Amino acid sequence: MTEITPPEDIVSPQSPGVVFWSQMKKSPLAIAGGAVLVVFYALALLAPFVSAYPQEAMDRAKYFHPPQALHWFRADGSFSLRPFVREMRLIDVGSFEYGEAQSEWPLRFFVRGYDYKLFGLIPSNVHLYGVDPPGRVLLFGTDSFGRDVLSRLLYGSQISLTVGIVGIAISFTLGLLLGGVAGYYGGFVDTVIMRVTELLLSIPSLYLIIALRAVFPMDLPSRQVYLGIVAILAFIGWAGLARVIRGLVLSMRKNDYVTAAEALGFSRMRVIARHVLPNTMSYVIVAATLSIPGYILGEVVLSFLGVGVQEPSASWGNMLNQARSIRALTTFPWLLLVPGTAIFLTVMAFNFLGDGLRDALDPRRVTGGKA
Amino acid sequence: MRTYVLRRVLQTIPLLLGISLMTFLLLQLAPGDFLNQMAENPGISAETIEAMRVRFGLDKPWYIQYGIYLQNVILHFDFGQSFSRHQPVFEVLYEGFTNTLILAIAAAVVTWGLAVPLGMIAAVKQHSWIDRLLSLVAFVWLSIPEILSGLLLLMFAARTGWFPVGGMRSLDYDELDGISQFFDIAHHLVLPALVVGLIPLASRMRQMRGSLLDVLRLDYVTTARAKGLSERTVIIKHALRNALNPMITLFGYTLGALVSGSFIAEIIFSWPGLGRLTLDAILTQDQYLVMGAVLMASLVLIVGNLIADLLLAIADPRISYD
Repeated sequence: MTEITPPEDIVSPQSPGVVFWSQMKKSPLAIAGGAVLVVFYALALLAPFVSAYPQEAMDRAKYFHPPQALHWFRADGSFSLRPFVREMRLIDVGSFEYGEAQSEWPLRFFVRGYDYKLFGLIPSNVHLYGVDPPGRVLLFGTDSFGRDVLSRLLYGSQISLTVGIVGIAISFTLGLLLGGVAGYYGGFVDTVIMRVTELLLSIPSLYLIIALRAVFPMDLPSRQVYLGIVAILAFIGWAGLARVIRGLVLSMRKNDYVTAAEALGFSRMRVIARHVLPNTMSYVIVAATLSIPGYILGEVVLSFLGVGVQEPSASWGNMLNQARSIRALTTFPWLLLVPGTAIFLTVMAFNFLGDGLRDALDPRRVTGGKA
Repeated sequence: MRTYVLRRVLQTIPLLLGISLMTFLLLQLAPGDFLNQMAENPGISAETIEAMRVRFGLDKPWYIQYGIYLQNVILHFDFGQSFSRHQPVFEVLYEGFTNTLILAIAAAVVTWGLAVPLGMIAAVKQHSWIDRLLSLVAFVWLSIPEILSGLLLLMFAARTGWFPVGGMRSLDYDELDGISQFFDIAHHLVLPALVVGLIPLASRMRQMRGSLLDVLRLDYVTTARAKGLSERTVIIKHALRNALNPMITLFGYTLGALVSGSFIAEIIFSWPGLGRLTLDAILTQDQYLVMGAVLMASLVLIVGNLIADLLLAIADPRISYD
């Protein structure tokens, strides 16, 4: 019996994952964006370990302390491999002018500091960096209460960065479900859902956000404010997605595999959830990545306006609020530049990543550039 | 075409009703009201507050309150009374809206004044370093949220002293003559208009580039070149006119975006517009002022989109609307 050998010119089909990665590798900016985000979210997760001081710890002797520079050369010109910071003393109390003093505090790693629970579970008091007491290391300076800006930035990222993820998870679930139902069932359900989305999209988003914020009392504890902000942003965010999903579902409903699934007697919800919606996934992933910055900025704006996350809890928005005064902008620029840079880098990373994902997931390019 | 226009205009009515009902319900859900705040003031007697409650109809169930509100708006064009400013809501809104419109128009000048020439340059010099630079700058600029660009420009104003750090008029505004008054407002307007106008710049620039590139490929442009016309004449006299067409229709969409986009700029630069007004009204629970402001802002967005759709219908004969 002769063996049948497969012809050699047939290329084995690549799995979607392989195609995706080979496409992603072509856009270094998207990879860089993804890498920045991995670092930022890891820092948020490890915030208590990375930050040298608690976010609420005030130092009455060090209001508006400027960022300290890391030095490698001592006053006598000799080189030290271990970087150190110089003590800064208040020269003029009225203008908060600081000058470098003689004391040099070498930076130490994995030092003992204040107690915390990592991930809310593991008790520890080891911190990534610090200096020996009574020294203080303030790499990004302090704010109007003498609190360490770097520590607040790290703790604040726990709030500001997760608002986007949690918000998008809720609003996209809503958007997928309602958009899917509207497109699949049509008729009365469709009309009602579409009119509601039209309503939500006709109010300028910031006006709607602020009006929704008024529904909750202004002086809520931080945790509830956080949930409130997420709820508001999710409530607004689902509408745009639902409209697109509805359109995609409408065009997919006619496909043979949907008819086949229906002929097999599956329930309508099962057909929507298992057969129709998965085909919208590549669009949804890209849309989600590109909408997360909007949610992050929603929290930033609310907290900036003073109706979001309240002091003493830190968020990137209420850190920006500290930079609002003319005096802060002229004399203490780090109050704007530190949280501002963090917000800018995050938004840009999401934009680059989303753009790369769109190119990589675009079905017209999945052939690997051969078509 | 006429039925399409009529249908689009009529569609806005239920939309506005829906928006007003939703805003009203939200404000009803909000804890406390303006009179509760007054009640905390020992200088105001309980009788006065009760009298106000009756006067504003706040003692009635919400659907009756809403009915009265609608009736007043539709029949008498009366948007109610602002509690905190002791002024009819319409007057307060009129001023705020005018100021926001001034800001939005100035911002539109910034956007279009930069987007059209920059988009043209990028298209004409396609794939050159300047084209790449412009798209990179546009992409990075997309990542600078308004709140940051606003604060950065405010920092610039505070440090250099070249521009006022907020407000709309100088203290001595009333003593200036007409032309100086105009320049005084313009001076205050520059930075907020830049903040608002630069947001849509990146996407408008890309659209202008794409639009001009499309036109430059058409036969009539080749004909114009073959006639021996200079490249400048070909682009400005022949290609640009058709390339601008889609940009004009986009104007309506931008108008709505500019008005809602001015919210943050108004707050950062203390510009006395609709956004600032709304925030103040919500913080003081000035119910009818919030209602009016949200309706007004939505109306601008809706009308902007309507204009854009109608312009599209007029400009593109390939689409039929029946």
